[in-house]
Amino acid sequence: MSARPDPGADAAGLGARAVRRGRTARLLAALGLSGRTLVIAVPMLWLLVFFLVPFFVLGRISLAEVMIARPPYSPLWDRAADGTLNIIASLDNYRFLLADALYRNAYLSSIGIAFTSTVFALLIGYPIAYYVARSPEPRRTILLLLVILPFWTSFLLRVYAWIGFLQREGLINSTLMMLGVIDTPLVLMQTTLAVQIGIVYTYLPFMILPLYANLVKLDDQLLEASADLGAGPVTTFLTVTLPLSVPGIIAGCMLVFIPAIGEYVIPALLGGPDTLMIGRVLWDEFFSSRDWPVAASVAIVMLFLVVAPIMWLQSWLDRRGLNQ
Amino acid sequence: MRRGWTLPILAALGFIFLYAPIVSLIVFSFNESRLVTVWAGFSTRWYVALFTDRQILGAAWVSLKIAFASATLATVLGTLAALVLARFGRFRGRLLLTGMATAPLVMPEVITGLSLLLLFISMELTFGWPAGRGLLTVIIAHTTFCLAFVAVIAGSRLRDMDESLEEAAQDLGAGPVRVFFDITLPVIAPALVAGWLLAFTLSLDDLVIASFVSGPGASTLPMVIFSKVRLGVSPDVNALATIIIVIVALSIATAGVILTRRARRGTRGG
Repeated sequence: MSARPDPGADAAGLGARAVRRGRTARLLAALGLSGRTLVIAVPMLWLLVFFLVPFFVLGRISLAEVMIARPPYSPLWDRAADGTLNIIASLDNYRFLLADALYRNAYLSSIGIAFTSTVFALLIGYPIAYYVARSPEPRRTILLLLVILPFWTSFLLRVYAWIGFLQREGLINSTLMMLGVIDTPLVLMQTTLAVQIGIVYTYLPFMILPLYANLVKLDDQLLEASADLGAGPVTTFLTVTLPLSVPGIIAGCMLVFIPAIGEYVIPALLGGPDTLMIGRVLWDEFFSSRDWPVAASVAIVMLFLVVAPIMWLQSWLDRRGLNQ
Repeated sequence: MRRGWTLPILAALGFIFLYAPIVSLIVFSFNESRLVTVWAGFSTRWYVALFTDRQILGAAWVSLKIAFASATLATVLGTLAALVLARFGRFRGRLLLTGMATAPLVMPEVITGLSLLLLFISMELTFGWPAGRGLLTVIIAHTTFCLAFVAVIAGSRLRDMDESLEEAAQDLGAGPVRVFFDITLPVIAPALVAGWLLAFTLSLDDLVIASFVSGPGASTLPMVIFSKVRLGVSPDVNALATIIIVIVALSIATAGVILTRRARRGTRGG
């Protein structure tokens, strides 16, 4: 890893800065390193080793076979008796994933659950974001902090709070029965609905904040112009506000949809045995079945599912940038 | 402009949805009964139970140590990444660094956790380091995903700040290190404090990544809470939640007072 030599630094190095160069700088220069390269190298190396390389390890183990050994997978190569190296890699795990309906259904239902949760988070989050953005100061700051507060408290405890609401003897059932709306408790816990409520609830701040950042920049004069031209509030909203907030909508939806696909805690605590989500399948494959190669290939396929919307978003942003 | 009632009502319902579960957590932490729905009178017995639970207290200490170390490391590395991306112009690997410094923001935790665990195991087999898994591996994992959040916050502050200050210092003969410590760092310090706090909270809160990369004897607070909560509602967890909510609310209220004062001063000045 090396940076291009910076002509500015070299030129300045001849002048005042050379005087200030200490012993360490001279030592680095002797090694062919500039301070600039070093500053680039520190975060770069950390992220290469602990963010990028793990994906290659993941990919390599997804090609191995499960074995009763420590670690429980086959080595990548094998030295035969005559000294030749044999590389052992097979796509068997991926064939297994494709053939088994469990995994296919888990991927599809994760996408489905993430999608409906994102839509509901948008429907609940948009009015909040719009209201906060249109509020005068200091109410706006206070409301914004109220949106952020749940985000700073524990995610796990916010999911836990819903158990008390949704369970058989929970608050929702006991309130509805007290009011005489229902006679027998509704089955709310351990359902797909509970998982969707949990996702909408915990990810709502991620939806509201980008929407707010977008809506707060909305020019009042546009709304006034629309009203002057005879448009009612609904027409103004649909033809002015909504189209202008599309970037905020897309950013918010991505921040909810992408992590929701791989969610583990929410289906584990609120979902039932029939709520299939791929994050949970991966967890069980790893911790219960101890099949590391299959868990690794589940993760690789999930990675592609996650990367695809990011790439789409990036190309959408690029196209928008070119059009404007 | 005439404004209807639809928007405030929808927003109010949204705020009720956000706060109803939190309020019920707090209310039932003071309940005498173990059941969450039956109010059996005011009691602080669950707080007493919480503060005598050695497992929870031990895990809380482990989590605080991990959060402090990884927030500090993530702030240093995240600031360096943001500085390199905002100020260093073009260099080889710029696109790669941009991608690596933002991707952890949306990466599902199960993928990050599993891939890091497999990395640690492969490294141990090849180099003998890290020996086993525990505090160190959790700190490395948390630093990696918190770094991205710090880089985003520090990066936006660096892009907003007036670069002519740095140029002036340079013209007066300050070297790049001196410019950074005397000019840039004091200006972006509030953003770095915010980034450190966010990283600290995220680390304290993480269950999934820690479950993958932690080892025996290094169970974090979320891991202990998760194993309790899986068996159903337990009121001492409510008590813990209430304490956390009170700490967060007080900090945010302080931030709010400072922000509104500053905003008022800003409007008066402008």
